[in-house]
Amino acid sequence: MDAKLLKSEAIVYRYHRVKNKSMAWLWSFFRLVLIVGIGFIIIRPILERISVAFKSPEDIYNPTIYMVPIHFTLDNVKHAMEILNYWPLLRNTLLFVILTTLLATVSSALAGYGFARFKFPGSNLLFAFVVLTILVPASTLMVPMYLHFRSFDVLGLVTLFTGREGLNLINTYWPSLIMAALGVGLKSGLYIYIFRQFFRGLPKEIEEAALIDGAGGIRTFLTIMLPNSIPPIITVMLFAFVWQYNDTFYASLFMNNSELIANSIAALPANVNQKLPQLLGIVGTEARADPNHAAMIVDTGILMAIAPLIIMYLFVQRYFVESVERTGVVG
Amino acid sequence: MINRRLTLTQRRALLGIFFILPWLIGFVFLFLTPLIESVRFSFSVLQVTPDGFTLAFNGIENFRVALAVDPEFNRVLTQSVLEMVYDVPMILFFSLFTATLLNQKFRGRSVARAIFFLPVILASGAVEAAQVSGLIQLTGSAEAAQELEQQQMGFDPMMVVRMLGNAGIPLWFVEYIAEAITRIYEIISSSGVQILIFLAALQSVPSSMYEVAKIDGATAYESFWKITFPMVSPLILTNVIYTIIDSFADSPVTQRIYQTAFVSQNFGLSAAMAWLYTIAVSLLLIIIGYLISKRVFYYN
Repeated sequence: MDAKLLKSEAIVYRYHRVKNKSMAWLWSFFRLVLIVGIGFIIIRPILERISVAFKSPEDIYNPTIYMVPIHFTLDNVKHAMEILNYWPLLRNTLLFVILTTLLATVSSALAGYGFARFKFPGSNLLFAFVVLTILVPASTLMVPMYLHFRSFDVLGLVTLFTGREGLNLINTYWPSLIMAALGVGLKSGLYIYIFRQFFRGLPKEIEEAALIDGAGGIRTFLTIMLPNSIPPIITVMLFAFVWQYNDTFYASLFMNNSELIANSIAALPANVNQKLPQLLGIVGTEARADPNHAAMIVDTGILMAIAPLIIMYLFVQRYFVESVERTGVVG
Repeated sequence: MINRRLTLTQRRALLGIFFILPWLIGFVFLFLTPLIESVRFSFSVLQVTPDGFTLAFNGIENFRVALAVDPEFNRVLTQSVLEMVYDVPMILFFSLFTATLLNQKFRGRSVARAIFFLPVILASGAVEAAQVSGLIQLTGSAEAAQELEQQQMGFDPMMVVRMLGNAGIPLWFVEYIAEAITRIYEIISSSGVQILIFLAALQSVPSSMYEVAKIDGATAYESFWKITFPMVSPLILTNVIYTIIDSFADSPVTQRIYQTAFVSQNFGLSAAMAWLYTIAVSLLLIIIGYLISKRVFYYN
């Protein structure tokens, strides 16, 4: 009797093990399909553009080609570079974006620390205002900002000294730089929030020790707090860089005529249609390039515009995930 | 020295103000001032002159024009607010699901994560605009471009609609799912940051909770709804707010407001439109925030 019971128990046990194992296997197969599928949806546009960038126009009408072209060429890249004026454009954009990123990081780190560690009259109200700056759509402030920077003046000083109506800063980098430096630029509220959450999570004891040892508030911040806050700094810098690089709203508002990638890409299709015939050597007033060929050049141009971001991402993606996890955005 | 006479608390307060000073200046001059000016503009006619501008008060005329005269604004506003309401659940569901998936242990996880966060980097209004206008210039009309885009999908959503409809699922839900499927790329590409936030939240759930649940015989399904979901629920609110704010940047309303200001040079009307938009979105945020925060579970 006992032996029989044991045996049936063993069977039940084995049955459960097989069931669990096959369920686990099924689930991981299902997961694999899902992840590969979604991953493919995400990278397909990039793969397609890479394929288009090296495809010769002969291959456009060949229906047997999927992704991998038969005739390789660098002409598309060359044309796109010429139409975009690529290297000077990239240099300008990077200069502008890196400057704003640094300024935004510094100003929001300062503000975040101020809000995290100090009590002063109205500090809670002011922090509520930080959240308000995140919530109010930028389009509400658009017109006054534009007029403000069109005749920029600090407390009437410019008018006082030069007698003119203030400086016209539209189509310079200054509006965005000033806004970033003063912590009210593109999504700065969010950066301040990230820094505040992080600094609140750091133990207070280190600072108190520094204070007792005679370090002032500024020195404590520079030598104790900043070296410990690498994760939020990386997070904020990455986000600030990427968002500024991709931003079209402020770029078209303040710098409509400036050489920035965001502006050039938005205008690229029109430019391609206009300039491609000349580059190909087609002359005449009715000269038009093959629209499919023009579309190839546009796609190549888009690929080249996002290429710096992708290359950067290849190097920093590890920190990206890690630092966001350790920043305590969640806090 | 005045400083000597201050108490420690006062000195700390001064130091705090020193730290937030750059932001405070920016806030007062580049946020609060424009905000108040924008209210003034919305009640006035604004004329740009070579050396500045002139204002003439005209009451609620701008708001009346925006709502009753302008042929497009009403439609665009309701459409994009509705779209927001529509998109938020999809993005939330997708990002929570993906975050749970990426939080599990499997081979190639870091590669999968790297790919899934790629949309954060590439979400660019400029690229989108170039693509759309590129297609329009190619085919000569916006409608043909739209058709072409749908054809490129190479997938008939009606098939899914019929299949699920026959299975006895309510039609509105089926339509919602079909919509989600046809717009899967948009949804995926706008949920990068949300996935990141959820993933961080998932990692902060203590693993001992899952161990206890497992010992007590809970299935994976149960432990998701009884542990994971309540633990990440505070972040759902954060993500809803983020999703809504994120949709401002290149929403049709924003473009409409921009065009009213800088193409038709009607700055007053543009300010009025912007305020109507702000009010609509704030109402939405308040309602959603209230509904969610009632149900949220706070662990600490």
